[in-house]
Amino acid sequence: MTDRALAVVRAGALTTVQDLGRPGYAHLGVPRSGALDPPAAALVNRLVGNPPEAAVLETTLNGCALRPRSAVTVAVGGAPCAVTVGGRPAPWGAPVRVPGGTLLDIGPAQSGVRGYVAVSGGVAVEPVLGSRSTDLLSGLGPAPLTDGTVLPLGHPVGPHARVDAVPQPGPPAELVLRVTPGPRDDWFTATAVRTLVTRAYRVSTASNRIGLRTEGPALERSRTGELPSEGMVWGAVQVPPDGRPVVFLADHPTTGGYPVIAVVRPADLPAAAQAVPGTPVRFVAVRRR
Amino acid sequence: MRALPVGDRALLVELASGDEAQALHAELLRRRAAGTLTVREVVPAARTVLLDGLEEPSRLAAQLADWTVPPVPPRAEEAIEIPVRYDGPDLAEVAALWGVPEDEVARIHSAAEFRVAFCGFAPGFGYLTGLPARYDVARRATPRTSVPAGSVALAGPYTGVYPRASPGGWQLIGTTDRVLWDHARVPAALLAPGARVRFVAVGSV
Repeated sequence: MTDRALAVVRAGALTTVQDLGRPGYAHLGVPRSGALDPPAAALVNRLVGNPPEAAVLETTLNGCALRPRSAVTVAVGGAPCAVTVGGRPAPWGAPVRVPGGTLLDIGPAQSGVRGYVAVSGGVAVEPVLGSRSTDLLSGLGPAPLTDGTVLPLGHPVGPHARVDAVPQPGPPAELVLRVTPGPRDDWFTATAVRTLVTRAYRVSTASNRIGLRTEGPALERSRTGELPSEGMVWGAVQVPPDGRPVVFLADHPTTGGYPVIAVVRPADLPAAAQAVPGTPVRFVAVRRR
Repeated sequence: MRALPVGDRALLVELASGDEAQALHAELLRRRAAGTLTVREVVPAARTVLLDGLEEPSRLAAQLADWTVPPVPPRAEEAIEIPVRYDGPDLAEVAALWGVPEDEVARIHSAAEFRVAFCGFAPGFGYLTGLPARYDVARRATPRTSVPAGSVALAGPYTGVYPRASPGGWQLIGTTDRVLWDHARVPAALLAPGARVRFVAVGSV
Protein backbone atom coordinates (compact mmCIF):
# COMPACT_ATOMS: atom_id res chain seq x y z
CA MET A 1 0.00 0.00 0.00
CA THR A 2 1.18 3.51 -0.76
CA ASP A 3 1.61 6.13 1.94
CA ARG A 4 -1.80 7.55 0.98
CA ALA A 5 -3.38 5.60 3.79
CA LEU A 6 -5.00 6.07 7.15
CA ALA A 7 -4.49 3.66 10.05
CA VAL A 8 -7.36 3.29 12.50
CA VAL A 9 -5.94 3.41 16.04
CA ARG A 10 -9.25 3.53 17.90
CA ALA A 11 -12.32 2.60 15.87
CA GLY A 12 -14.89 3.88 18.37
CA ALA A 13 -18.36 2.49 19.00
CA LEU A 14 -19.35 2.45 15.33
CA THR A 15 -17.32 4.17 12.67
CA THR A 16 -18.23 3.53 9.06
CA VAL A 17 -17.23 4.76 5.62
CA GLN A 18 -20.01 6.80 4.01
CA ASP A 19 -20.59 8.78 0.83
CA LEU A 20 -23.72 9.73 -1.07
CA GLY A 21 -24.95 6.12 -0.95
CA ARG A 22 -26.22 3.85 -3.69
CA PRO A 23 -29.55 5.17 -4.94
CA GLY A 24 -31.22 3.41 -7.86
CA TYR A 25 -30.99 -0.18 -6.63
CA ALA A 26 -34.00 -0.38 -4.30
CA HIS A 27 -35.70 -2.76 -6.76
CA LEU A 28 -32.91 -5.27 -6.05
CA GLY A 29 -33.36 -4.95 -2.29
CA VAL A 30 -30.36 -2.63 -1.89
CA PRO A 31 -30.85 0.20 0.63
CA ARG A 32 -29.80 3.70 -0.35
CA SER A 33 -27.37 4.00 2.58
CA GLY A 34 -24.88 6.93 2.67
CA ALA A 35 -24.14 9.52 5.37
CA LEU A 36 -27.03 9.80 7.82
CA ASP A 37 -26.45 13.56 8.13
CA PRO A 38 -25.72 14.47 4.49
CA PRO A 39 -25.24 18.24 5.02
CA ALA A 40 -22.58 17.58 7.68
CA ALA A 41 -20.75 15.12 5.42
CA ALA A 42 -20.92 17.56 2.49
CA LEU A 43 -19.55 20.38 4.64
CA VAL A 44 -16.45 18.52 5.87
CA ASN A 45 -15.73 17.42 2.30
CA ARG A 46 -15.93 21.04 1.13
CA LEU A 47 -13.63 22.16 3.95
CA VAL A 48 -10.82 19.80 2.85
CA GLY A 49 -11.32 20.47 -0.89
CA ASN A 50 -12.97 17.13 -1.72
CA PRO A 51 -15.76 16.70 -4.26
CA PRO A 52 -19.22 15.96 -2.80
CA GLU A 53 -19.02 12.27 -3.70
CA ALA A 54 -15.81 11.65 -1.71
CA ALA A 55 -16.15 9.11 1.09
CA VAL A 56 -15.86 10.31 4.70
CA LEU A 57 -15.93 8.56 8.06
CA GLU A 58 -19.10 8.64 10.14
CA THR A 59 -18.49 8.18 13.88
CA THR A 60 -21.06 7.35 16.53
CA LEU A 61 -21.03 8.97 20.00
CA ASN A 62 -17.43 8.37 21.01
CA GLY A 63 -15.38 9.42 17.99
CA CYS A 64 -12.26 7.59 16.82
CA ALA A 65 -8.51 8.01 16.50
CA LEU A 66 -6.59 7.88 13.25
CA ARG A 67 -2.98 8.04 12.11
CA PRO A 68 -2.33 9.09 8.51
CA ARG A 69 0.83 7.70 6.90
CA SER A 70 1.52 10.96 5.10
CA ALA A 71 0.48 14.57 5.69
CA VAL A 72 -3.23 15.15 5.06
CA THR A 73 -5.80 17.86 5.63
CA VAL A 74 -8.80 16.78 7.68
CA ALA A 75 -12.01 18.42 8.85
CA VAL A 76 -14.31 17.15 11.59
CA GLY A 77 -17.98 18.15 11.69
CA GLY A 78 -21.45 16.93 12.59
CA ALA A 79 -21.65 16.27 16.32
CA PRO A 80 -19.41 18.80 18.15
CA CYS A 81 -16.37 17.25 19.84
CA ALA A 82 -12.81 17.90 20.94
CA VAL A 83 -10.17 17.33 18.25
CA THR A 84 -6.47 16.87 18.94
CA VAL A 85 -3.51 16.47 16.60
CA GLY A 86 -0.46 14.89 18.23
CA GLY A 87 -2.03 15.60 21.61
CA ARG A 88 -2.56 19.33 20.94
CA PRO A 89 -6.05 20.81 20.64
CA ALA A 90 -7.11 21.51 17.06
CA PRO A 91 -10.18 23.27 15.70
CA TRP A 92 -13.45 21.45 15.06
CA GLY A 93 -15.38 22.37 11.92
CA ALA A 94 -12.33 23.73 10.10
CA PRO A 95 -9.52 22.35 7.93
CA VAL A 96 -6.64 20.98 10.01
CA ARG A 97 -3.23 19.83 8.77
CA VAL A 98 -2.13 16.47 10.19
CA PRO A 99 1.53 15.54 9.56
CA GLY A 100 2.28 11.96 8.50
CA GLY A 101 2.53 9.57 11.45
CA THR A 102 0.75 11.98 13.82
CA LEU A 103 -2.25 10.87 15.85
CA LEU A 104 -5.56 12.58 15.09
CA ASP A 105 -8.00 12.06 17.94
CA ILE A 106 -11.69 12.77 17.55
CA GLY A 107 -13.22 12.88 21.01
CA PRO A 108 -16.65 11.86 22.23
CA ALA A 109 -19.63 13.85 20.96
CA GLN A 110 -20.32 16.73 23.38
CA SER A 111 -23.83 16.78 21.96
CA GLY A 112 -25.40 14.97 19.05
CA VAL A 113 -24.53 11.48 17.86
CA ARG A 114 -22.69 11.34 14.54
CA GLY A 115 -19.41 12.98 13.67
CA TYR A 116 -18.00 13.26 10.15
CA VAL A 117 -14.31 13.16 9.32
CA ALA A 118 -13.21 14.17 5.84
CA VAL A 119 -9.62 13.53 4.77
CA SER A 120 -8.13 15.26 1.72
CA GLY A 121 -8.40 12.82 -1.19
CA GLY A 122 -11.27 10.94 0.42
CA VAL A 123 -11.37 7.38 1.73
CA ALA A 124 -10.69 5.26 -1.35
CA VAL A 125 -11.94 1.78 -0.49
CA GLU A 126 -13.29 -0.22 -3.45
CA PRO A 127 -16.80 0.97 -4.40
CA VAL A 128 -19.71 -1.50 -4.45
CA LEU A 129 -22.44 -0.59 -6.95
CA GLY A 130 -20.89 2.84 -7.32
CA SER A 131 -20.69 3.64 -3.60
CA ARG A 132 -18.17 3.21 -0.79
CA SER A 133 -20.86 3.36 1.89
CA THR A 134 -21.15 0.78 4.63
CA ASP A 135 -24.69 -0.58 4.58
CA LEU A 136 -25.42 -2.13 7.96
CA LEU A 137 -28.71 -3.75 6.94
CA SER A 138 -27.41 -5.79 4.04
CA GLY A 139 -23.68 -5.85 4.72
CA LEU A 140 -22.64 -4.12 1.50
CA GLY A 141 -19.54 -1.93 1.39
CA PRO A 142 -16.67 -1.98 3.88
CA ALA A 143 -17.30 -3.51 7.30
CA PRO A 144 -17.48 -1.07 10.23
CA LEU A 145 -13.93 -0.04 11.16
CA THR A 146 -11.97 -2.00 13.73
CA ASP A 147 -8.76 -1.08 15.54
CA GLY A 148 -5.87 -1.64 13.15
CA THR A 149 -7.88 -1.22 9.93
CA VAL A 150 -5.86 0.59 7.26
CA LEU A 151 -7.88 2.63 4.78
CA PRO A 152 -6.52 3.73 1.40
CA LEU A 153 -6.84 7.44 0.58
CA GLY A 154 -7.40 9.06 -2.80
CA HIS A 155 -5.37 11.94 -4.22
CA PRO A 156 -6.47 15.44 -3.27
CA VAL A 157 -8.10 17.29 -6.14
CA GLY A 158 -8.49 20.79 -4.73
CA PRO A 159 -7.11 23.12 -2.07
CA HIS A 160 -8.79 23.17 1.31
CA ALA A 161 -11.23 25.95 2.12
CA ARG A 162 -9.89 29.14 3.69
CA VAL A 163 -12.44 29.96 6.34
CA ASP A 164 -12.36 31.00 9.97
CA ALA A 165 -15.66 29.44 10.95
CA VAL A 166 -18.61 27.87 9.20
CA PRO A 167 -22.12 27.66 10.61
CA GLN A 168 -23.39 24.17 11.40
CA PRO A 169 -26.75 23.39 12.94
CA GLY A 170 -26.45 22.23 16.54
CA PRO A 171 -27.88 18.84 17.51
CA PRO A 172 -31.57 19.13 18.34
CA ALA A 173 -32.69 19.63 21.96
CA GLU A 174 -36.09 18.66 20.64
CA LEU A 175 -36.45 16.80 17.35
CA VAL A 176 -39.25 18.32 15.31
CA LEU A 177 -40.22 16.13 12.38
CA ARG A 178 -42.71 17.57 9.90
CA VAL A 179 -44.81 14.76 8.44
CA THR A 180 -47.39 14.35 5.72
CA PRO A 181 -49.92 11.63 6.47
CA GLY A 182 -50.11 8.40 4.47
CA PRO A 183 -49.81 6.28 2.49
CA ARG A 184 -51.36 3.91 5.08
CA ASP A 185 -52.84 6.28 7.67
CA ASP A 186 -56.17 4.59 6.91
CA TRP A 187 -54.83 1.47 8.65
CA PHE A 188 -54.97 3.38 11.95
CA THR A 189 -57.73 4.73 14.12
CA ALA A 190 -58.45 8.46 13.91
CA THR A 191 -57.22 8.67 17.51
CA ALA A 192 -53.91 7.07 16.53
CA VAL A 193 -53.33 9.58 13.74
CA ARG A 194 -54.09 12.44 16.16
CA THR A 195 -51.87 10.89 18.83
CA LEU A 196 -48.91 10.80 16.45
CA VAL A 197 -49.06 14.53 15.76
CA THR A 198 -50.07 15.79 19.20
CA ARG A 199 -48.34 13.64 21.82
CA ALA A 200 -44.73 13.57 22.91
CA TYR A 201 -42.32 10.83 21.83
CA ARG A 202 -38.71 10.25 22.75
CA VAL A 203 -35.78 8.84 20.79
CA SER A 204 -35.22 5.23 21.86
CA THR A 205 -31.80 3.73 22.58
CA ALA A 206 -32.63 1.06 19.98
CA SER A 207 -32.19 3.63 17.18
CA ASN A 208 -29.55 2.99 14.53
CA ARG A 209 -28.73 3.73 10.90
CA ILE A 210 -31.72 1.65 9.83
CA GLY A 211 -34.32 3.52 11.81
CA LEU A 212 -34.96 6.10 14.51
CA ARG A 213 -37.04 4.17 17.01
CA THR A 214 -39.29 6.07 19.38
CA GLU A 215 -40.90 5.59 22.76
CA GLY A 216 -44.28 7.04 23.50
CA PRO A 217 -47.98 6.27 23.18
CA ALA A 218 -48.68 3.23 21.02
CA LEU A 219 -50.61 3.84 17.81
CA GLU A 220 -53.64 1.65 17.46
CA ARG A 221 -54.54 0.06 14.16
CA SER A 222 -58.08 0.18 12.81
CA ARG A 223 -57.69 -2.98 10.82
CA THR A 224 -56.10 -6.31 11.46
CA GLY A 225 -54.45 -8.58 8.98
CA GLU A 226 -51.24 -8.29 7.07
CA LEU A 227 -50.26 -5.60 4.64
CA PRO A 228 -48.61 -7.19 1.59
CA SER A 229 -44.96 -6.01 1.37
CA GLU A 230 -44.56 -2.65 -0.35
CA GLY A 231 -41.78 -0.22 -1.21
CA MET A 232 -40.47 2.08 1.53
CA VAL A 233 -38.81 5.52 1.40
CA TRP A 234 -36.22 7.25 3.61
CA GLY A 235 -38.33 9.11 6.19
CA ALA A 236 -41.24 6.66 6.18
CA VAL A 237 -42.82 6.41 9.63
CA GLN A 238 -43.51 2.70 9.90
CA VAL A 239 -45.55 1.32 12.76
CA PRO A 240 -44.70 -2.25 13.85
CA PRO A 241 -47.13 -4.34 15.93
CA ASP A 242 -45.95 -2.72 19.20
CA GLY A 243 -47.45 0.56 17.95
CA ARG A 244 -44.28 2.66 18.41
CA PRO A 245 -43.37 4.64 15.30
CA VAL A 246 -40.02 3.98 13.60
CA VAL A 247 -38.62 6.59 11.21
CA PHE A 248 -36.72 4.88 8.41
CA LEU A 249 -33.19 6.20 7.90
CA ALA A 250 -30.50 5.54 5.26
CA ASP A 251 -30.05 1.78 5.72
CA HIS A 252 -33.79 1.01 5.83
CA PRO A 253 -35.18 -2.09 4.13
CA THR A 254 -36.41 -1.28 0.63
CA THR A 255 -39.70 -3.12 1.10
CA GLY A 256 -41.67 -3.79 4.25
CA GLY A 257 -44.94 -5.16 5.49
CA TYR A 258 -45.88 -2.79 8.32
CA PRO A 259 -48.10 0.17 7.47
CA VAL A 260 -46.56 3.62 7.03
CA ILE A 261 -48.69 6.19 8.85
CA ALA A 262 -46.79 9.26 7.62
CA VAL A 263 -43.62 10.43 5.88
CA VAL A 264 -41.06 12.89 7.29
CA ARG A 265 -39.94 15.88 5.19
CA PRO A 266 -36.42 15.09 3.88
CA ALA A 267 -35.11 18.43 5.22
CA ASP A 268 -35.82 17.27 8.80
CA LEU A 269 -33.98 13.95 8.54
CA PRO A 270 -30.39 15.14 9.11
CA ALA A 271 -31.42 16.27 12.60
CA ALA A 272 -32.80 12.78 13.25
CA ALA A 273 -29.23 11.50 12.75
CA GLN A 274 -28.06 13.73 15.60
CA ALA A 275 -30.83 13.18 18.17
CA VAL A 276 -29.44 11.33 21.19
CA PRO A 277 -31.57 8.70 22.91
CA GLY A 278 -34.05 10.43 25.21
CA THR A 279 -34.43 13.51 22.99
CA PRO A 280 -38.09 14.58 22.81
CA VAL A 281 -39.61 14.02 19.38
CA ARG A 282 -42.55 15.97 18.04
CA PHE A 283 -44.26 14.90 14.83
CA VAL A 284 -45.92 17.92 13.25
CA ALA A 285 -48.53 17.45 10.55
CA VAL A 286 -47.94 19.55 7.45
CA ARG A 287 -49.76 19.73 4.20
CA ARG A 288 -48.37 18.10 1.12
CA ARG A 289 -46.56 20.64 -1.03
CA MET B 1 -55.43 1.37 -9.71
CA ARG B 2 -55.00 3.87 -6.91
CA ALA B 3 -52.04 6.23 -6.50
CA LEU B 4 -51.25 7.15 -2.89
CA PRO B 5 -48.87 10.05 -2.20
CA VAL B 6 -45.82 9.11 -0.09
CA GLY B 7 -44.35 12.35 1.26
CA ASP B 8 -43.64 15.03 -1.33
CA ARG B 9 -41.57 13.09 -3.85
CA ALA B 10 -43.00 9.59 -4.11
CA LEU B 11 -46.12 7.70 -5.16
CA LEU B 12 -47.32 4.27 -4.13
CA VAL B 13 -49.47 2.83 -6.89
CA GLU B 14 -51.79 0.15 -5.61
CA LEU B 15 -53.03 -2.52 -8.01
CA ALA B 16 -55.72 -5.18 -7.77
CA SER B 17 -53.31 -8.11 -8.13
CA GLY B 18 -49.67 -9.11 -8.27
CA ASP B 19 -49.96 -9.62 -12.02
CA GLU B 20 -51.20 -6.07 -12.46
CA ALA B 21 -48.32 -4.78 -10.34
CA GLN B 22 -45.83 -6.67 -12.52
CA ALA B 23 -47.49 -5.31 -15.65
CA LEU B 24 -47.35 -1.71 -14.39
CA HIS B 25 -43.74 -2.19 -13.35
CA ALA B 26 -42.85 -3.32 -16.87
CA GLU B 27 -44.73 -0.35 -18.35
CA LEU B 28 -42.96 2.09 -16.02
CA LEU B 29 -39.56 0.70 -17.02
CA ARG B 30 -40.55 0.96 -20.69
CA ARG B 31 -41.51 4.61 -20.26
CA ARG B 32 -38.39 5.39 -18.29
CA ALA B 33 -36.22 3.79 -20.98
CA ALA B 34 -38.09 5.80 -23.63
CA GLY B 35 -37.31 9.00 -21.71
CA THR B 36 -40.93 9.93 -20.97
CA LEU B 37 -40.69 9.23 -17.22
CA THR B 38 -38.05 10.58 -14.82
CA VAL B 39 -37.85 8.74 -11.53
CA ARG B 40 -34.98 7.57 -9.28
CA GLU B 41 -36.44 4.33 -7.91
CA VAL B 42 -39.14 2.04 -9.29
CA VAL B 43 -39.83 -0.59 -6.64
CA PRO B 44 -42.39 -3.26 -7.45
CA ALA B 45 -43.81 -5.26 -4.54
CA ALA B 46 -46.64 -7.69 -3.85
CA ARG B 47 -49.50 -5.48 -5.09
CA THR B 48 -47.91 -2.08 -5.45
CA VAL B 49 -45.23 -0.19 -7.32
CA LEU B 50 -43.39 2.60 -5.50
CA LEU B 51 -42.00 5.49 -7.52
CA ASP B 52 -39.48 7.54 -5.54
CA GLY B 53 -37.69 10.69 -6.62
CA LEU B 54 -40.48 12.26 -8.67
CA GLU B 55 -40.60 15.99 -9.38
CA GLU B 56 -44.38 16.20 -9.52
CA PRO B 57 -46.00 13.10 -8.04
CA SER B 58 -49.52 14.57 -8.21
CA ARG B 59 -49.23 15.20 -11.93
CA LEU B 60 -48.11 11.62 -12.60
CA ALA B 61 -50.89 10.33 -10.31
CA ALA B 62 -53.45 12.16 -12.44
CA GLN B 63 -51.96 10.86 -15.69
CA LEU B 64 -51.74 7.23 -14.55
CA ALA B 65 -55.50 6.81 -14.77
CA ASP B 66 -55.32 7.34 -18.53
CA TRP B 67 -52.50 4.91 -19.19
CA THR B 68 -53.12 1.71 -21.08
CA VAL B 69 -51.05 -0.94 -19.34
CA PRO B 70 -50.68 -4.15 -21.33
CA PRO B 71 -50.79 -7.41 -19.33
CA VAL B 72 -47.50 -8.86 -18.04
CA PRO B 73 -45.43 -8.82 -21.19
CA PRO B 74 -43.72 -11.98 -22.43
CA ARG B 75 -39.97 -11.82 -21.88
CA ALA B 76 -37.79 -12.28 -24.92
CA GLU B 77 -34.80 -13.61 -22.99
CA GLU B 78 -34.33 -17.18 -21.81
CA ALA B 79 -35.49 -18.23 -18.37
CA ILE B 80 -32.73 -18.24 -15.75
CA GLU B 81 -32.17 -21.85 -14.69
CA ILE B 82 -31.48 -22.59 -11.05
CA PRO B 83 -30.35 -26.17 -10.33
CA VAL B 84 -31.81 -27.43 -7.06
CA ARG B 85 -31.19 -30.42 -4.85
CA TYR B 86 -34.64 -30.97 -3.36
CA ASP B 87 -33.38 -32.03 0.05
CA GLY B 88 -34.57 -29.23 2.36
CA PRO B 89 -35.41 -29.88 6.01
CA ASP B 90 -39.06 -28.86 5.44
CA LEU B 91 -39.63 -31.08 2.40
CA ALA B 92 -41.77 -33.58 4.33
CA GLU B 93 -43.82 -30.80 5.90
CA VAL B 94 -44.44 -29.14 2.52
CA ALA B 95 -45.37 -32.52 0.97
CA ALA B 96 -47.88 -33.03 3.79
CA LEU B 97 -49.33 -29.53 3.29
CA TRP B 98 -49.65 -30.19 -0.43
CA GLY B 99 -51.06 -33.70 0.19
CA VAL B 100 -48.50 -35.36 -2.09
CA PRO B 101 -45.60 -37.81 -1.63
CA GLU B 102 -42.27 -36.14 -0.89
CA ASP B 103 -40.73 -36.72 -4.31
CA GLU B 104 -43.74 -35.02 -5.93
CA VAL B 105 -42.66 -31.69 -4.38
CA ALA B 106 -39.60 -31.57 -6.63
CA ARG B 107 -41.66 -32.52 -9.70
CA ILE B 108 -44.35 -29.89 -9.05
CA HIS B 109 -41.88 -27.15 -8.15
CA SER B 110 -39.54 -27.75 -11.07
CA ALA B 111 -42.43 -27.99 -13.55
CA ALA B 112 -43.62 -24.43 -12.86
CA GLU B 113 -42.36 -21.37 -14.66
CA PHE B 114 -41.59 -18.55 -12.27
CA ARG B 115 -41.24 -14.82 -12.59
CA VAL B 116 -39.50 -12.43 -10.20
CA ALA B 117 -42.39 -10.36 -8.86
CA PHE B 118 -40.20 -8.17 -6.68
CA CYS B 119 -37.05 -8.13 -4.57
CA GLY B 120 -36.36 -7.13 -0.98
CA PHE B 121 -35.38 -8.56 2.41
CA ALA B 122 -31.73 -8.78 1.28
CA PRO B 123 -29.86 -7.75 -1.86
CA GLY B 124 -30.58 -10.35 -4.52
CA PHE B 125 -33.54 -11.95 -2.72
CA GLY B 126 -36.39 -12.27 -5.20
CA TYR B 127 -40.03 -13.04 -4.49
CA LEU B 128 -40.93 -15.46 -7.30
CA THR B 129 -44.48 -16.24 -8.37
CA GLY B 130 -45.54 -19.11 -10.59
CA LEU B 131 -46.82 -21.95 -8.42
CA PRO B 132 -50.58 -22.48 -8.64
CA ALA B 133 -52.45 -20.98 -5.65
CA ARG B 134 -53.29 -24.40 -4.19
CA TYR B 135 -49.60 -24.78 -3.30
CA ASP B 136 -49.45 -21.66 -1.08
CA VAL B 137 -47.86 -22.51 2.27
CA ALA B 138 -47.75 -20.58 5.54
CA ARG B 139 -44.45 -19.43 7.04
CA ARG B 140 -43.02 -21.58 9.81
CA ALA B 141 -44.50 -20.82 13.24
CA THR B 142 -41.00 -20.25 14.62
CA PRO B 143 -38.46 -18.71 12.26
CA ARG B 144 -35.00 -20.29 12.07
CA THR B 145 -32.20 -18.17 13.48
CA SER B 146 -30.03 -19.09 10.51
CA VAL B 147 -31.02 -20.28 7.07
CA PRO B 148 -28.01 -21.36 4.95
CA ALA B 149 -27.14 -19.43 1.78
CA GLY B 150 -28.59 -21.07 -1.33
CA SER B 151 -31.67 -22.41 0.47
CA VAL B 152 -34.69 -22.66 -1.84
CA ALA B 153 -37.77 -21.81 0.18
CA LEU B 154 -41.52 -21.28 0.06
CA ALA B 155 -43.84 -18.84 1.85
CA GLY B 156 -47.36 -17.80 0.86
CA PRO B 157 -47.52 -17.66 -2.92
CA TYR B 158 -43.76 -17.10 -3.23
CA THR B 159 -40.59 -19.06 -3.84
CA GLY B 160 -37.30 -17.46 -2.82
CA VAL B 161 -33.62 -18.32 -2.65
CA TYR B 162 -31.57 -16.98 0.28
CA PRO B 163 -28.57 -15.07 -1.18
CA ARG B 164 -26.64 -15.39 2.09
CA ALA B 165 -27.10 -16.98 5.47
CA SER B 166 -29.73 -15.09 7.46
CA PRO B 167 -32.60 -15.67 9.86
CA GLY B 168 -35.78 -16.72 8.08
CA GLY B 169 -39.21 -18.25 8.49
CA TRP B 170 -39.75 -19.73 5.04
CA GLN B 171 -40.21 -23.47 4.41
CA LEU B 172 -36.94 -24.89 3.08
CA ILE B 173 -37.37 -27.40 0.27
CA GLY B 174 -33.93 -27.47 -1.34
CA THR B 175 -30.50 -26.03 -1.98
CA THR B 176 -28.76 -24.46 -4.95
CA ASP B 177 -25.13 -23.62 -5.68
CA ARG B 178 -26.02 -20.72 -7.98
CA VAL B 179 -24.72 -17.44 -6.62
CA LEU B 180 -27.69 -15.09 -6.17
CA TRP B 181 -25.67 -12.00 -5.32
CA ASP B 182 -22.08 -11.12 -6.14
CA HIS B 183 -21.27 -7.43 -6.01
CA ALA B 184 -18.15 -7.99 -8.13
CA ARG B 185 -20.33 -9.37 -10.93
CA VAL B 186 -22.33 -7.32 -13.45
CA PRO B 187 -25.18 -7.46 -12.77
CA ALA B 188 -24.65 -8.19 -9.09
CA ALA B 189 -28.11 -9.71 -8.68
CA LEU B 190 -28.92 -12.91 -10.57
CA LEU B 191 -32.61 -12.13 -10.22
CA ALA B 192 -34.21 -8.76 -11.00
CA PRO B 193 -37.95 -7.98 -11.08
CA GLY B 194 -39.57 -9.33 -14.23
CA ALA B 195 -36.99 -12.07 -14.90
CA ARG B 196 -38.23 -15.58 -15.81
CA VAL B 197 -36.90 -18.42 -13.69
CA ARG B 198 -36.98 -22.23 -13.81
CA PHE B 199 -35.81 -24.58 -11.11
CA VAL B 200 -34.11 -27.72 -12.38
CA ALA B 201 -33.96 -30.77 -10.11
CA VAL B 202 -30.44 -32.18 -9.86
CA GLY B 203 -28.81 -35.09 -8.03
CA SER B 204 -30.58 -37.31 -5.59
CA VAL B 205 -30.96 -37.10 -1.87
